Amino acid sequence: MNNLNKDKSWIEVAKYDELPVNSGKTVRFKEKELAIFRLTNGKILAIENRCPHKDGVLAEGIVSGEYVFCPLHDRKIDLSSGLVQKPDTGCVKTFDVFVQNGKVYIALLEKSGIAS
Amino acid sequence: MTQKEKLVVIGNGMAGVNTVEHILKLAPNQFDITIFGSEPHPNYNRILLSYVLAGDSKVDDIVINSYEWYEEHNISLYTGETIIRINSATKTVTSDKGTTISYDKLIISTGSSAFMLPLPGADKEGVIAYRTIQDCEYMMEAAKNYKKAVVIGGGLLGLEAARGFLNLGMKVDVVHICDSIMERQLDRTASKMLRDKLESQGMNFLLNKKTEKILGKDRVKGLKFSDGSKVDADLVVMAVGISPNVQLAVDAGIEVNRGIVVNDFLETSVKNIFSVGECAEHRGIGYGLVAPLFEQGAVLAKKIVGVDTNPYEGSVVYTKLKVSGVDVFSGGEFIDGENTKSIKIEDEFSGIYKKVLIRENKIVGAVLFGDTSDGNRLMQMIRNETDITGFEKSAILQEPGNHGSSGLSVADMNEDEIICGCNGVSKGTICSAIKEQGLSSIEEVKNCTTASRSCGGCKPLVSDLLEYTLGDEFDKSAQKETMCECTDLEKDEIVAQIKEKGLSHVREVMSVLGWLNEEGCSKCRPAINYYLGMVNPKQYQDDSTSRFVNERMHANIQKDGTYSVVPRMYGGVTNPADLKKIATVAEKYNVPKVKITGGQRIDLLGVKKEDLTSMWEELDMPSGYAYGKAIRTVKTCVGEEFCRFGTADSMGMGIQIEKRFERLNTPAKVKMAVSGCPRNCAESGIKDLGVVAIDGGWELYAGGNGGVKLRKGDLVATVKTEEEVIEFTEAYLQYYRETGVYGERTSEWVERLGVQHIQDILADESKREELCGRMDTALSVLKDPWKQAVENEKIQKDLYEVIEAK
Repeated sequence: MNNLNKDKSWIEVAKYDELPVNSGKTVRFKEKELAIFRLTNGKILAIENRCPHKDGVLAEGIVSGEYVFCPLHDRKIDLSSGLVQKPDTGCVKTFDVFVQNGKVYIALLEKSGIAS
Repeated sequence: MTQKEKLVVIGNGMAGVNTVEHILKLAPNQFDITIFGSEPHPNYNRILLSYVLAGDSKVDDIVINSYEWYEEHNISLYTGETIIRINSATKTVTSDKGTTISYDKLIISTGSSAFMLPLPGADKEGVIAYRTIQDCEYMMEAAKNYKKAVVIGGGLLGLEAARGFLNLGMKVDVVHICDSIMERQLDRTASKMLRDKLESQGMNFLLNKKTEKILGKDRVKGLKFSDGSKVDADLVVMAVGISPNVQLAVDAGIEVNRGIVVNDFLETSVKNIFSVGECAEHRGIGYGLVAPLFEQGAVLAKKIVGVDTNPYEGSVVYTKLKVSGVDVFSGGEFIDGENTKSIKIEDEFSGIYKKVLIRENKIVGAVLFGDTSDGNRLMQMIRNETDITGFEKSAILQEPGNHGSSGLSVADMNEDEIICGCNGVSKGTICSAIKEQGLSSIEEVKNCTTASRSCGGCKPLVSDLLEYTLGDEFDKSAQKETMCECTDLEKDEIVAQIKEKGLSHVREVMSVLGWLNEEGCSKCRPAINYYLGMVNPKQYQDDSTSRFVNERMHANIQKDGTYSVVPRMYGGVTNPADLKKIATVAEKYNVPKVKITGGQRIDLLGVKKEDLTSMWEELDMPSGYAYGKAIRTVKTCVGEEFCRFGTADSMGMGIQIEKRFERLNTPAKVKMAVSGCPRNCAESGIKDLGVVAIDGGWELYAGGNGGVKLRKGDLVATVKTEEEVIEFTEAYLQYYRETGVYGERTSEWVERLGVQHIQDILADESKREELCGRMDTALSVLKDPWKQAVENEKIQKDLYEVIEAK
């Protein structure tokens, strides 16, 4: 993370202050579509913008703490691990996020070691 | 390091996989497990296929074990691969794709197949069984192109299939060889009541008919019966019974009668080979229902891992018909015999029939129709062979309408007895989840164990288990209709607290009222947001992050993440200029589909999120609110302006109503209609509020619904003038806004409060005046959300922008 600017996989996506609080936002990068969330605790988290259940767009889900509820069928997803909460199952890809000088960067390579 | 034992399971259905689940619980690391399944799916809940066919569930919803589950437990799963040979000498199995795997222990759980009558023409296209997801998908697909289905077989499965076809919009005949349906589970009285009920739903019965031949060239055209009569058919489903899949066992030299013969420990005649489920035959009986298979699986699992177990001594089975609106239960014996006595309750008026058969002071069977709430308790008494000498009759059968608990309790049930038949959850599992994870509500038990998640029929038992497990700690009040898991409060308490404490933000409500989840969830947040706005329309600042996507975006989300746009069209009346504008916008933005909605509006479907605001700007029309919990549409007929029967200006009245109430949030969506005469072309009888012109006045109908729960509206007021229509509508809607529970449609609300109560409120002039006053305030602050979005760049950026990263 210290070598942020030298690492080409970090992509600048937004200004921190311009992201709405407690909401998601759609980010497109090449073929990928991500949802990034600015939480009430100040954190920014990024996941793939598709629910594993029926491909619901997660950027438009209701955000509660560090979880998002899929707008299609209300699956509850942990934004930091990507895990779908019980009793449902599945996992969404998560992406590393870094904020520097008010700018939000995302590592558009998938996080390694997703919790299982 | 010692090598793990190899366990191979042939059959990826409920019986085999349930056994594996038990084994994993008992000895997670004892076996290397391999499962073979012919169907290209993970393990799914076959008994819920009827819900899929009926449209109440989707295929994904009935999957019990997802592919991830197999991975998590290191189970090698081969789907779409069928075992064709067992070699008990070399202890190997071989599949149709050439896979050969050795085993130490082998479970045969191949289930059964639908029995196909060997009729001439049975090989024609359009003749199928009803057994698998594939059959189900075939039927749903066929319903799109064909009109008439015939089901051969008037048993449980046949009737469920037939009901599915009705839901799919097909006509359906049920052919049955006997003169009464479900004759293997029901006595004649119950069978007749069931038949009447199903006929009233649109099912047609051809009884006493033996099919002789299936007619048609390549595709089925009809059936010919032995009495010479014929019937047309585009699709024929055979639901005449099942036959166990035993060929594999026969070829391997395992003893097979009708099913694979097993002893009380589910062992077959060959060492290290076991069989469980519908393919097995135990003490001469092959079961075709779900509960026995769970009981067998529990015994088999213990046997395989080497834990002491009681023998499996057979199951007393019961059946429930899974058809909406019809409650039928049958367990144990049901035909009166010489040495049986019976207790009967027959209430023709309410459509309830109950019969309990007793032999030597013990209940041996029961048939229930119309009210099956006694079913589980009776089954317990049958299984436990309870001596009922000295029991009050009311402890055996409750009078209709009386649901107080009596008789036996869940305490008498065995730990491994199944509480939730749909998902195979036992009493032991539920009780230990309650203890170990500190559960205190049905909702929590459901989320933790899946018990009561499917049909919900076992909720009373789950509640009893909570009471039994928690004892004094069990708080019955926690079982009231709380808003969600985040709180123990219900709607009225929350609204009272908002008023009393002057709460004004969603977060404030959650923190002051001690929410368990600090930030709430997708159920409570929208509800709190609504209540706050309802209590304080002028001061309350709407919290858009607590709104469902549609109400936040002011467009209706579609399954692919696009939206639909429906402009306001008051009373369903438009003009050439607006139509041209809509057409131009639709063309410019390449709208994939343009449709007329059920509420007489134009729907532009498939719009990208980032196009929404510019489309609204160009349309320059108000939002039609075809999303969200709000006033939707006022549907109108042509009325006296053009119609030769019209007695009043229904279009004008409808437009007035819609202009008055547009944008108003309500506990659930509100659809309205105005008809110009009692012919009711605007369908006012099935609206949340339906207005019908009569000679010299208007009738107002409340609580109608044409959706999930079809309900005819009740006449709540008759008024003379158009002004009075508005006045009464204001009072009615405001009363609903204030007393309705978030998410509760007027059809449920009217039933909860009672029609008389609503009539009384509307008839009371001073009440009406107060309600109209508060409605006036609520309406005074509403603004068109599309216009707001078009004029406000921050809204556009926050809600509709898509970031293109480079």
